[in-house]
Amino acid sequence: MELVVFSLLNGLVTGLLLFMLSSGLTLIFSMMGVLNFAHASFYMLGAYFAYTISGYMGFWVGLIFAPILVGVVGALIQRYGLRYVHRWGHVAELVFTFGLAFLIEEVVQFFWGKATKDYHEPELLDFPLFTLFGQSFPAYKAFMIFISIGIFIALLMMLTRTRVGLIIQAAITHPNTVANLGHNVPLVFMGVFGVGSALAGLAGVIAGPALGTFPGMAFVLGSIVFVVIVVGGLGSLAGAFVASLLIGWLQTFAIALDYSMTDLLDLLGVSFSDDHVLRDLWSLSLPQVAPILPYLLLILILIFRPTGLMGKRET
Amino acid sequence: MLEVRDLQAFYGKSHILQGVSFDIAEGEIVSLLGRNGVGRSTTCKAVMGEVPPQGSIKFRGTELVGKKQHEIARLGIGYVPENRDVFPTLTVRQNLVLGMKSMKQEGRWSIDDMFDLFSNLRERADIRAGALSGGEQQMLTMCRTLMGDPDLIMIDEPTEGLSPQMVEKVAGLLEEIARRKVSILLVEQKLTIALRISHRVYVMGHGHMVFDGTPEALLNDAQIRSEWLEV
Repeated sequence: MELVVFSLLNGLVTGLLLFMLSSGLTLIFSMMGVLNFAHASFYMLGAYFAYTISGYMGFWVGLIFAPILVGVVGALIQRYGLRYVHRWGHVAELVFTFGLAFLIEEVVQFFWGKATKDYHEPELLDFPLFTLFGQSFPAYKAFMIFISIGIFIALLMMLTRTRVGLIIQAAITHPNTVANLGHNVPLVFMGVFGVGSALAGLAGVIAGPALGTFPGMAFVLGSIVFVVIVVGGLGSLAGAFVASLLIGWLQTFAIALDYSMTDLLDLLGVSFSDDHVLRDLWSLSLPQVAPILPYLLLILILIFRPTGLMGKRET
Repeated sequence: MLEVRDLQAFYGKSHILQGVSFDIAEGEIVSLLGRNGVGRSTTCKAVMGEVPPQGSIKFRGTELVGKKQHEIARLGIGYVPENRDVFPTLTVRQNLVLGMKSMKQEGRWSIDDMFDLFSNLRERADIRAGALSGGEQQMLTMCRTLMGDPDLIMIDEPTEGLSPQMVEKVAGLLEEIARRKVSILLVEQKLTIALRISHRVYVMGHGHMVFDGTPEALLNDAQIRSEWLEV
């Protein structure tokens, strides 16, 4: 019971964090038709900006200003980089974002170095929120859940209840028609790219203290985010939400459940000798294979449902 | 109001518009006739900046060549494309709201006007536009463009594929648009409505104008009709 409750909560934290990253990436892909390889780099920038700002003005100021800074950087990159490269097609855009990811990583190492930064949660949230079955749940993780759900609701409201949201929804599928109605579609694209980058930055701000702030953090989470948007269905925000939670729980439960194929085979009365050629394979435990499970899910989705769980577009 | 001179446009290496020139005066209804593929839709797209134009397009003295689509729309030109481009996942009301250039806009048309003109749209105001019939989608596309309060509206094949009853409704809307002093460029293949409501007609053939005159003059010119309009 303890394992289930805490795995559910930890999976929820990971899943919502993944959604904060994948929602921006999904919106950007829907509008521009290009996968932004540098998206997770904005997540990393968010953590580093917040680390620096919090050093002078505290965590809460960093929480507000770091995502805004990242959003501005993202919007400027779209305006003066991607929009220019767009005329040479999606491959050029893809290569551009790929190069940008490396560039941002190098810039981060140049300014902040290679060591993990001492970026911590604020003292206000540095206490166990509750203790269940002798195990405590940190208040900071509850804060991460609260922020992520708040962002999800705000994004949903913005997209469905505001005029800007309607313009974004229409511009995703009919950019020419929207422009013919007098709306500045390139400006909308830039805004969406900026907001998407800011969301990734916010994810970095709140994940930095929990998962570590180091130059490889973009790579660690970035590849999983691509799995999320393919599994959810390219361009589907609802799909990204479902896939984020699915992968969050999949990874958390896999880490928590210390079972291997040998345990299952033992239950069935099958056993292998210690010198059997497959012995090493069967003795692999779930926590050992947990990191590759999302990619296994990706392969299965690509084979059996190439459009993803809720997508309409071929991956 | 609109002065187009020596308009050229290309799709890749295909030279579609080969020196198109025409005028539309304030409050005038002008029809652009011709067979499929002669460049009528491309003319509208070139005016809107959707296809890169060469030559000169002046709207109330302002040169449109080189301007962006949304800038051209904000100068007061509306465009209803032939493919009934409703936003299918948005409701009828949301489609109409998006036609307005800003929420503060006060123009000749309100959402209630649209619902009064087409009661079907009022009944289906909160239904997704993708669920409407072809005729209703055509009405919605025209109404959405009118919500932007254009002074000139270009309407591409509004009666294509519609039932006779719907065609009459479209004709009624065109007459209402004209009554509210909006200039119209009507792109049509069928002569019936075009000749009934137009002040002047142009006939296009192979990327340039081959006739410019009144509907009566066109009716009396059997050679032009047989060479450029009749199948």
